[in-house]
Amino acid sequence: MNPIPPAEAEVHPSLGSTTLAILWKDLSAELRSRELLSAMLVFALLVILIFNFALDLKPAIRREVTSGVLWATFAFAGTLGLNRSMATEKDRGCLDGLLLAPVDRSAIYFGKALGNLAFMLVIEAIVLPVYSVLYNVNLFNLGLMMIILMGSVGYVAVGTLLSTMSVQTRTRDMLLPILLFPLVIPILIAAVKASAGFLDASPWRDIAPWFNLLLVYDVIFVAIAFMVFDYVVEE
Amino acid sequence: MIQVKKLVKRFGPKVVLRGLDFQVARGEFVALLGPNGAGKTTFLRILTSLSRPTLGQVTISGYALPAQASAVRRRLGVVSHQPLLYGDLTAEENLRFYARMYGVRNLEARIEQVLEMVGLASRRRDLVRTFSRGMQQRLAIGRAVLHDPDVMLFDEPHTGLDQDACAMLDDVLRNVAARGRTVVMTSHDLARIGDLASRFDVLSGGKIVASASRDEIGPDALLRFYRQSIVEKPAARELTI
Repeated sequence: MNPIPPAEAEVHPSLGSTTLAILWKDLSAELRSRELLSAMLVFALLVILIFNFALDLKPAIRREVTSGVLWATFAFAGTLGLNRSMATEKDRGCLDGLLLAPVDRSAIYFGKALGNLAFMLVIEAIVLPVYSVLYNVNLFNLGLMMIILMGSVGYVAVGTLLSTMSVQTRTRDMLLPILLFPLVIPILIAAVKASAGFLDASPWRDIAPWFNLLLVYDVIFVAIAFMVFDYVVEE
Repeated sequence: MIQVKKLVKRFGPKVVLRGLDFQVARGEFVALLGPNGAGKTTFLRILTSLSRPTLGQVTISGYALPAQASAVRRRLGVVSHQPLLYGDLTAEENLRFYARMYGVRNLEARIEQVLEMVGLASRRRDLVRTFSRGMQQRLAIGRAVLHDPDVMLFDEPHTGLDQDACAMLDDVLRNVAARGRTVVMTSHDLARIGDLASRFDVLSGGKIVASASRDEIGPDALLRFYRQSIVEKPAARELTI
């Protein structure tokens, strides 16, 4: 057995570098296993397929329901991803490993939230063209893309915080949606309305209130999560 | 190095630790023994800053918990019965991730040293989920010593290991202790821990009920010492050996 040489003096890792380390770790692990992305993708595709057959819509009505169907799909698939992302930390005790590191615990929150956002955006990037083909609706609209990004940020901001809480319980799979959906209703309503506005080419004055609501909720939820995460992970 | 005074931990109405006092000097290897449910893991979680004490004082390397938890974490290496490793990352990637979390300088060279130390250099690019339990536990020790901590806390590290894996783990543990680190380890395996530790403390009913050095106990008398401590529950340091 070789002796252990002393380590060189440590540097204090910054918030940014530890956030990126956690993000890198989540992306690397997911690229190998593809457990989370494949589950989210299959679920999302099934949802839009079921809506397609269940609603059996006339072409004229399809555009009207698009934003609602899209956001229902993103929300359901997102919940699956949020649950799985924190469960992988908890099941092998890795959450303790993160909490034992001498870093600002906000870095753990931001690292996990950025990872969850990346997974959600990947799913959305795949779902949008599939939806376009299935429903024969053109979704390549810059305004819609921006709303999808903003809605996903708000959803992931609150979802990451709540999944950290629910993962500590035995009923985590049931608890997360029960806690999450009432809190993200304002985000989902604003995102659906703003998305519909962009798809219908409505004037900006009709979209602006929903856009502003989404922006305010994003800022509030990120700020609250940043402030309370330390208490949420404390035993 | 570790000072604990009148530590109390409650979970609702249940009192797990009842005014526990505990001291460890620099370089000591203390075995914390006790029956299931005695509060060993709860006590270690408080020392690791993962759990807050209800009452009492805890200082490690002169830093108080929970107020100076970040400074304490920098000086701690923790190994539990779970490896705290990511199965979908390689051994090298796991160590690189934790090295970045601890701000270890010159991390590639350090990872190389640690992998050599735990005898996993040849498996560095293998996914951790393909490792045996013993290999995972050795890598977990590598993870814990990456930042060269002053204090090492082990919570039943032999759990689930076969005899060969236990023997290899013991070599790594001796190596860890050899550099003058302070070590606290919980275990149920008296035969194994008897060869490793320099002092034995028995935790029962939320308190340290007996404490003696290896020399005080004498050879092959650890089991008797432990049984007497649990059955008679005498006050700490009053046990007749």
